[in-house]
Amino acid sequence: MKFNHFHLAVAGLAAAAISLSAAAQKKYDPGATDTEIKIGDLKPYSGPASAYGTIGKAIAAYFDKVNAEGGVNGRKIKYISLDDGYNPAKAVEQSRKLVEEDEVLLIFNSLGTPSNTAIQKYMNQKKVPQLFVATGATKWGDPKNFPWTMGWQPTYQTEGKIYAAHILETKPNAKIGVLYQNDDYGKDYLKGFEDGLGDKAKTMIVSKVSYEVTDPNIDSQMVTLKGSGADTFFNITTPKFAAQAIKKAAEIGWKPTHYLNNVSSQVGSTLKPAGLENAVGIITTQYNKDPTDPQWANDKAFLDWKAWMQKYYAGGDLTDASNVYGYSAAMTMVQVLKQCGDNLTRENVMKQAANLDMVLPMALPGINVKTGPNDFYPIEREQLARFDGKTWVLFGKVYDASSN
Amino acid sequence: MSRTRWVWIGWALLLVAAVVLPFLVKNYRVFQFNLVLVYAVAILGLNILTGFNGQISLGHGAFYAIGAYGAAVLMDRVGMPYWATLPLAGVLCFVLGFLMGFPALRLAGHYLAVATLGLALAVPQLLKYKHLEAYTGGVQGIVLVKPDPPFTFRFLGQPFNADRWLYFFTLAVTIVMFVLAWNLLRGRVGRALIAIRDHPIAAAVMGINLPLFKSLTFGVSAAFTGVAGALGAIVIAFVSPDSFLITLSIFLLVGMVVGGLASIPGAFFGAIFIQFVPNIADELSKSAPAAIYGVLLIVLMYLMPTGVMGMVRKLWARWQPGAARLRVNVNPGAPVPVSPDLTKESTT
Repeated sequence: MKFNHFHLAVAGLAAAAISLSAAAQKKYDPGATDTEIKIGDLKPYSGPASAYGTIGKAIAAYFDKVNAEGGVNGRKIKYISLDDGYNPAKAVEQSRKLVEEDEVLLIFNSLGTPSNTAIQKYMNQKKVPQLFVATGATKWGDPKNFPWTMGWQPTYQTEGKIYAAHILETKPNAKIGVLYQNDDYGKDYLKGFEDGLGDKAKTMIVSKVSYEVTDPNIDSQMVTLKGSGADTFFNITTPKFAAQAIKKAAEIGWKPTHYLNNVSSQVGSTLKPAGLENAVGIITTQYNKDPTDPQWANDKAFLDWKAWMQKYYAGGDLTDASNVYGYSAAMTMVQVLKQCGDNLTRENVMKQAANLDMVLPMALPGINVKTGPNDFYPIEREQLARFDGKTWVLFGKVYDASSN
Repeated sequence: MSRTRWVWIGWALLLVAAVVLPFLVKNYRVFQFNLVLVYAVAILGLNILTGFNGQISLGHGAFYAIGAYGAAVLMDRVGMPYWATLPLAGVLCFVLGFLMGFPALRLAGHYLAVATLGLALAVPQLLKYKHLEAYTGGVQGIVLVKPDPPFTFRFLGQPFNADRWLYFFTLAVTIVMFVLAWNLLRGRVGRALIAIRDHPIAAAVMGINLPLFKSLTFGVSAAFTGVAGALGAIVIAFVSPDSFLITLSIFLLVGMVVGGLASIPGAFFGAIFIQFVPNIADELSKSAPAAIYGVLLIVLMYLMPTGVMGMVRKLWARWQPGAARLRVNVNPGAPVPVSPDLTKESTT
């Protein structure tokens, strides 16, 4: 009898301990409950950068899939994505709506360097995660000053360094012409590129010209670049201008070794309008599998992605790399939420985001997502690819900029 | 009770509503109302020029930007208190507006519109100019510190915080600006402006100094919009060239037309439109918010071809006895010009 009582007492204590620890584990900040996790986002569905709106739709479609399959640890994701029209003033207003009115747990993948700059201070004051922002500016990986902000994609500087490394390896006497957009994004690329060239930057770069995002075209810049006698061209432009530059170079008969920033490497929205025949031989970097690349046609990850697109985002363009971007970014977000378990506080979200080591199925082989308490740069590896008239063909090694 | 007393009671009720409103809603809404007030002042500035004086400007976003940057640079680099930057921003924009208005005198109608368009296109790029970067922060813009309230209390269970303090600050400035505009436009000056708009030759014959009046109007109008820009910078606590693209100038123009040309209170309706309608469009469709916005604008212009205030006036005239209509007609200096010939501009 005594033995039985003892057993009962132990069982009771154990049960109490379990329920206590369960209660202690379940921790919520605004935006998280037993059944739901609210995630906010800002995307330019209207305005000059509206082509990127499809990323938001892809993310929504991926969360739909996660929800249809039971959610994350039993919680459904509620994704609230607002239009900021690529206007920083609007971004401030919309982020305040997300944080104060919709009470989201975090803001995820907000797009554009100006918009994210405008809200960074606010987000850090409010201690709301500004997670995996959709811009490659280098300044998002600064955990000391902005512990609530983190980037996702390889930074522009990283990419610029990789092109510089490739030029130094293959064509050390190149005469380089650079065309860049006159804003943070353009200058960030340029800085990485010049840093990568090191002392030789001054002599190798023979011409640097810029344009404004509001310019109608860049024809005169292209003529200037050709006139400088450059035999290598680093093209730091957004899709519309990239298409114009490729087309114009062909029209004026300028045939440099052409490096095109990854920002504009989409076949559908950049190379097709420029004329595929004009784009042959262009070099870019990649970290995601390009949906138009036939070598992935029978790849399991690609087939999964395609099946998901057809089921959850039927209106989406199957050749648009932005839809891969949204898919992979959303997947990273879900991984963070999974790791958070029942502790869905904003602090724990940042802690888990800074504790990632995963492989995204749609990332190229050898490219991983890795973060640490002092490493707020999730993706830091890229590979070069050359356009063959139909698709990007990968070549060379995987460059790892984190070791640079 | 007399008519004037009713008007005063109406104003008092409106003021009470404006004072209580921020304590009834969340912070984020307070911030939005704050922006409405800012846009109302900016639209009022444009309306002085376009609605009352008949000079079309597609470049008022530039003055808004200059006001905003003026305030931001003074706060960030010089360390000036936020409230002191407003008059300076106003003076700066007045001078620039006057100088812009001076050569613009040779241009009439659409030609002036194109010249001002040039201004709106140039300013965002000039803000990125390398040699100004030390002040403007270049493409990165300037991040500002939101001013703290000078004292705190609780009302209706809501704390008096930075957003609410700024709302009252903006409200006070807005009231001052509207009273200034009202005083300016209801008397001799207002009549002169309208005369220049409706019949410049007749106005000149009557002894109105056309060049001086037109330039001054441009300056005053720019000053109003510049003060609004400075307020906007303080409220949003961030300025960058991308905040002041050509679309801003267009939206101000849209707000003015929607609210009602040559109408002082119309500026509020216009401000409400440009603040909230894009959000509504975004909520209706993620695929084509711009198309929804366009459709809403077209529908509104068909329903209210003379803007919200034009509609209000029409309804007012219909409900008034004949005598009252006549009384308003013979008084062109009334704060709200109602006679049909004064609103002609908006229907052509």
